[in-house]
Amino acid sequence: MSGKSVLKRLDWLTVLLYLLLVFFGWINIYSTTFTDASSSILDFSTSYGKQLFFMGISFVMVIVIMSLETTFFERFASIFYIVSIVLLIGLYLFGKTIAGATSWYDLGFFNFQPSEFTKMATALAIAKYLSDIQTDIKKIRHQWYAILIIAIPVLLIIPQPDPGSALIYFALFFVLFREGLPLKYLGLSILLVLLFISTLKFGVVWVCIGLGILISLFFFIKRGDVKIPKIPLVLFLISCLIISLSVNFVFNNVFEQRHRDRFGLWLGLEKDPVKLEQIKKTIGYNTYQSEKAIESGGFFGKGFLEGTRTKGDFVPQQHTDYIFSSVGEEWGFIGTTLIIIIFTLLFLRLIHVAERQKRDFSRMYGYGVISILLIHYFINIGMVIGLLPTIGIPLPFFSYGGSGLIFFTAMLFTFLKLDTARLNEL
Amino acid sequence: MKKILLSSIIVIIGIVFIGRLSYLQLFSFSPNQIMEDPAIKAVYDYPERGYVYDRNGKLLVGNQPAYDVMVIPRETKSLDTLEFCGLLKISKEDFVKKMKRARRYSTRLPSVLVPQLAKEDYAGLQEKMRKYVGFYIQKRSLRDYMTNGAANVLGYISEVNEADLRANPYYRAGELKGRTGIEKQYEELLRGRKGVKYIQKDRFNRDIGPYKNGKIDTLPELGKELHITIDKELQEYGERLMHGKRGGIVAIEPSSGEILTMISGPTYDPALLVGRERSKNYTKLHYDSIAKPTWDRSLLAQPSPGSPFKTLNALVALQENVIEPETKIRCYNGFYVGKNKKGCHCGGGMRNLNSGIFESCNAYFAGTFRKIYSKYKTTDEGMDVWEKHMKSFGLGNYLGTDLPTGAPGRIPDKSYYDRAYGDNRWASSFIISNAIGQGEVAATPIQLANMTSAIANRGYFYTPHMIKKINGTTNIDPKYTERRYTTIDKEHFEPVVEAMANVYRHGTAKWLKIPDIEIAGKTGTVENFTRIDGERVQLTDHSIFVAFAPVENPKIALAVYIEHGYYGARYAGHIASLLIEKYLKGEITRKDLEKRMLDKTLEHEYAKPFSGEPFKINEYVW
Repeated sequence: MSGKSVLKRLDWLTVLLYLLLVFFGWINIYSTTFTDASSSILDFSTSYGKQLFFMGISFVMVIVIMSLETTFFERFASIFYIVSIVLLIGLYLFGKTIAGATSWYDLGFFNFQPSEFTKMATALAIAKYLSDIQTDIKKIRHQWYAILIIAIPVLLIIPQPDPGSALIYFALFFVLFREGLPLKYLGLSILLVLLFISTLKFGVVWVCIGLGILISLFFFIKRGDVKIPKIPLVLFLISCLIISLSVNFVFNNVFEQRHRDRFGLWLGLEKDPVKLEQIKKTIGYNTYQSEKAIESGGFFGKGFLEGTRTKGDFVPQQHTDYIFSSVGEEWGFIGTTLIIIIFTLLFLRLIHVAERQKRDFSRMYGYGVISILLIHYFINIGMVIGLLPTIGIPLPFFSYGGSGLIFFTAMLFTFLKLDTARLNEL
Repeated sequence: MKKILLSSIIVIIGIVFIGRLSYLQLFSFSPNQIMEDPAIKAVYDYPERGYVYDRNGKLLVGNQPAYDVMVIPRETKSLDTLEFCGLLKISKEDFVKKMKRARRYSTRLPSVLVPQLAKEDYAGLQEKMRKYVGFYIQKRSLRDYMTNGAANVLGYISEVNEADLRANPYYRAGELKGRTGIEKQYEELLRGRKGVKYIQKDRFNRDIGPYKNGKIDTLPELGKELHITIDKELQEYGERLMHGKRGGIVAIEPSSGEILTMISGPTYDPALLVGRERSKNYTKLHYDSIAKPTWDRSLLAQPSPGSPFKTLNALVALQENVIEPETKIRCYNGFYVGKNKKGCHCGGGMRNLNSGIFESCNAYFAGTFRKIYSKYKTTDEGMDVWEKHMKSFGLGNYLGTDLPTGAPGRIPDKSYYDRAYGDNRWASSFIISNAIGQGEVAATPIQLANMTSAIANRGYFYTPHMIKKINGTTNIDPKYTERRYTTIDKEHFEPVVEAMANVYRHGTAKWLKIPDIEIAGKTGTVENFTRIDGERVQLTDHSIFVAFAPVENPKIALAVYIEHGYYGARYAGHIASLLIEKYLKGEITRKDLEKRMLDKTLEHEYAKPFSGEPFKINEYVW
């Protein structure tokens, strides 16, 4: 390293945004788990005490990362990946089951969740593979290899069962798109999702009518300068129709009842008010309570430690996945908007940092980090404010949880470490 | 494109999130949080409802404990249902039904299984209560009446209904509220103010401590003690005299406007509207559409006042200077309106003011009435003057008492007759019946008593009222301590009072004298009609009597109205005389009179129109 120290080159704006999120997160963990009985904030029997301890470990982790060689991560990316895969497989033998999912190793005082570590390892592996001089993302075979890197952990995590965590890995496709994977894949997957959802919501007939209208509109606008490609269009329509027709089969046979219920509630499929009320009290209980808690905060919120629903523990998982509801109740619209602005700034800043990298590996890893953080943020807050169906994943830097905080921190600071080296490498 | 794709997605997500949050937190937000918040439970602390005492400090209404058997369905275990039902005195089917209802309401929250156990049942149950897991006894406070009378005065309380809840946010479901009488009028004083404690709950509905450390909790405010102007003894005695009779009695202390007694017959025991049988009893009373026990005749009945009204016409004529006390008018055993002769019972001959009143001569007052109108150029003008004088006695409009109900009576004005006959198409001869208190005039018993009180005071009255003391202080609404002057000058009252005293000395009430007490009074006999199968049928006259005593420095002024009691000196006169003696002397010397009133009923009279057979009216049988 030449000239300036690591500290001077560190992207302090990112660090500041990170610290703000961790700080606000802890404040809310304190509020959600605070009881009149407990006193010291350093009491490690409480969640907020433990979280302070995890923050300490994260800090140590940051120091370790900062003092490592920049090339360490690139060199050991494959090892990390293989280790994480082994750990995931090991769960089937030695895993501890919590809330129905065998996703943890019991390390005594602390349950270690390897899927958190795997996120980072996979991001590193993808970056490593794509930045290889021999890899060309335009080639179908290399595309398949890249997809395989993502698919292996997904296939290992889904049967734990932890489909929520598995969903995260799809975010890594953003890296592939950034690096040249044709956007038509993205378009096709979005189309697939839209088809699926709209068929569930409106039924096959209306989807066909909608498609017909859209295509007619397309040719009406483009008339003159495009020759109508008849055969692909017919194939496209037929495949859409088949997908649409198969939706009900998939929905009823592949999905489990709880997934069906969640989707049903989200899309408003249940019309019977009595059953709807029933669903609100059972399947939709979390979402309903969390929406109500956020709503009751109003503009200014009820104030720190004054959230009645937070205190009454009305929203389940409120110090982990549903922590944002307590922000809504105690800090109001001001608080929730502030958190969203901080997250948005953090992501935009990270994109900026990623784009200024001269090394492909750093940039690709950066995009991996952004994608993973973004999808957590999107799904978590979307779920808490009732826009998305219930998928249990934490809010990065915010939710209570050791593995989460430590590996999100490690992931972020590894990227910042790579960033500090950008001026040295030409 | 690829470089800005992710950035745009991030910004769009941010905007969507903030949009959704503003919908939730700004648009859907309702500021009235504390009552809707499932995390906060308000626990109310009810103060005891205020006691009501009579004017002499005798307790009329107190409170008694009652015991509700409560159940929390989730906590119940299998039990000996038959034994339990036996203790509760309900049938097994009833028990099963009530349990089902409680379970439907909530399995976790307590429901009332059997409300308001009697004290005797409670004693037996209490010993065995430990055997019945999930059931417990909750103490409540009920009204306890120390009198079996004055139901119309005291009123009753019952649970608030949906309309009350909408109208007044103070009340919560299940709370009690005054419905009639004093309980309604002074509801806010009597009930006090409930205290509230806010409890923070968790999602299992368990208490986890006070909300905001009790900062916004309030303490209950005790219900106020009320002294009312009713004399308990007189009220109870009057109700005994009213046995089997329908009508209204109001007695007022002229020097203060305090209502000494207010009786409506038939009446009922106020204790009927308390406790378990309340709703059954209320239904029975409410749907008695013939005797109408819940209809307060002392405030709401509006008969024609009859002859007592002659005293007012005399006063108006004196004030208008159209007669002197010695002005004589001949009675031809009646008088003529055009060619029609109207009868008179006074015996005929020359009448002046004095004998006109004590013999209750119709002809004298018809003549006097004409004189009032002849003074003015048009009947309209005369009518206005007459109306003004009459209304100054509190007639023809609501009196403004502190009772939650009332009726205006009627003093017809010119527009009333214009509507009936057409403008300028009527003259004093059309309205001559008003001279003798028949025809279109109407007054409630309380208005008649108040009118008598104004005469007793020689020219003014106080708005009749019930409230005497609030928590021991006499700090009551100043409108009840303000004199309301009539439009008649003081000097005109003496000849009228003298004539009214003569009613007792040698007039229509000469058999009703009380030894050692000078009374002034006036009898009234009011013709009345009903419709039977669409035909107008005359019924036995209403018996009306107004009186005050002693003549100098009066202590009591009263009006008695007995439906179909025949002539004024009969039922009404007897009762008035007995009440005055009771109030002034404390005991009755004329036991024969008292016995007659306590024994006789008018039920046979009230049965006549419903008998479906032809009947005689105004029969001279005792």
